[in-house]
Amino acid sequence: MTGEKKEWPLWEVFVRSKAGLDHKHCGSLHASDGNMALQMARDVYTRRSEGTSIWVVRSDQIFASDPAEKGMLFDPMESKVYRHPTFFKLPASVNHM
Amino acid sequence: MYTQAMDLGPQPTEGGGKEISADEKRLQLQFDARIDAGDFIEAKDWMPENFRKTLIRQISQHAHSEIVGMLPEGNWVTRAPTLKRKAILLAKIQDEGGHGLYLYAAAETLGISRDQMLDALHSGRAKYSSIFNYPTLTWADMGVIGWLVDGAAIMNQVPLCRCSYAPYARAMVRICREESFHQRQGFDALLTMMTQGTAQQRAMVQDAVNRWWWPSLMMFGPPDVDSPNSAQSMRWGIKRISNDDLRQKFIDATVPQSEVLGVQLPDPDLKWNEARGHYDFGLIDWKEFWQVVGGDGPCNRERLAARVSAWEDGAWVRQAAMAYADKHTEPQRAS
Repeated sequence: MTGEKKEWPLWEVFVRSKAGLDHKHCGSLHASDGNMALQMARDVYTRRSEGTSIWVVRSDQIFASDPAEKGMLFDPMESKVYRHPTFFKLPASVNHM
Repeated sequence: MYTQAMDLGPQPTEGGGKEISADEKRLQLQFDARIDAGDFIEAKDWMPENFRKTLIRQISQHAHSEIVGMLPEGNWVTRAPTLKRKAILLAKIQDEGGHGLYLYAAAETLGISRDQMLDALHSGRAKYSSIFNYPTLTWADMGVIGWLVDGAAIMNQVPLCRCSYAPYARAMVRICREESFHQRQGFDALLTMMTQGTAQQRAMVQDAVNRWWWPSLMMFGPPDVDSPNSAQSMRWGIKRISNDDLRQKFIDATVPQSEVLGVQLPDPDLKWNEARGHYDFGLIDWKEFWQVVGGDGPCNRERLAARVSAWEDGAWVRQAAMAYADKHTEPQRAS
């Protein structure tokens, strides 16, 4: 089994721009392992102080919803308007709730 | 800019005259409706096979252009006149490596591997922007490349931020944010030479402008009338503005900039046309363009040879890294 034909796996990169915020997905890269992925992510995705923390995840570890099921998964929410605070009209004096 | 020439040559057209199933017809109609509505297509969405093929070719060639584009500038890293300019040039070149990465990543979402794309480049089947087949002869070339070549690139890339294929559009947003520094640093270097330099330095700048102006205009691709594939790309929402329109926008924006620098653009026919509200300009030598695109420019062979040796000489590093990773992988623990 030759290493030559084995491509480095793909990693997804998530960067937290500053303390208190979430890590946001910002791109992907190929690296041979987690440490290299972190270093490369630092080199590519934080060149202009975009981040204070990096997560890298192997792309094949990500479970994603199927776009074909988008309707089935997310349409039911449209009729459940009572989940929103704005559904409830209250007297002005207590409306700050 | 690096998308110039990407839609040259035979391109898959929609339909292709094959029998398609009722299911596929429905999906095609849905797809067309989404494009017409200005929706973004994501990686796992259904798309016509030819849409996929066109994007793979355009995005991968765009990526190749970024990487090959590092070479003419790499020439001047050891020759930069000051530490400041050297650091700036290094940063620009590093950015371009990163841009290549964003674009390869976007192309890979369409089902092609990095190895396959690089193989196409190294074997000469894939193209890259022909502007990089010109030599960088003086330090002033670095400034002019930033000003004109990156300027043209920005003109081309801004509309791509709204391209219908979302991974490509997102890569372009990232690239455009960083590209502006590339143009500004070039203009800044030229301004320094023109306003604070010697007569010899000013002449060097003018010479560089003379050599890079026309190739920069060619970056927008052949005239619309000679670009049969533009229509399909526009129908699919990949291309938003025509070659000629982009070229005109670039010229209109650049002429005033040349006046600030105090350089002459090497076109005796360049003149403001009040009636049109645009600059008139001279005839482009498209023979030169086709020659360079076809592989016969000043540096084509040298550029490709450099890329091929970098790939081949680096093979042991890639193998060693994988061997190390395999040896040190933690066995999966039962949860």
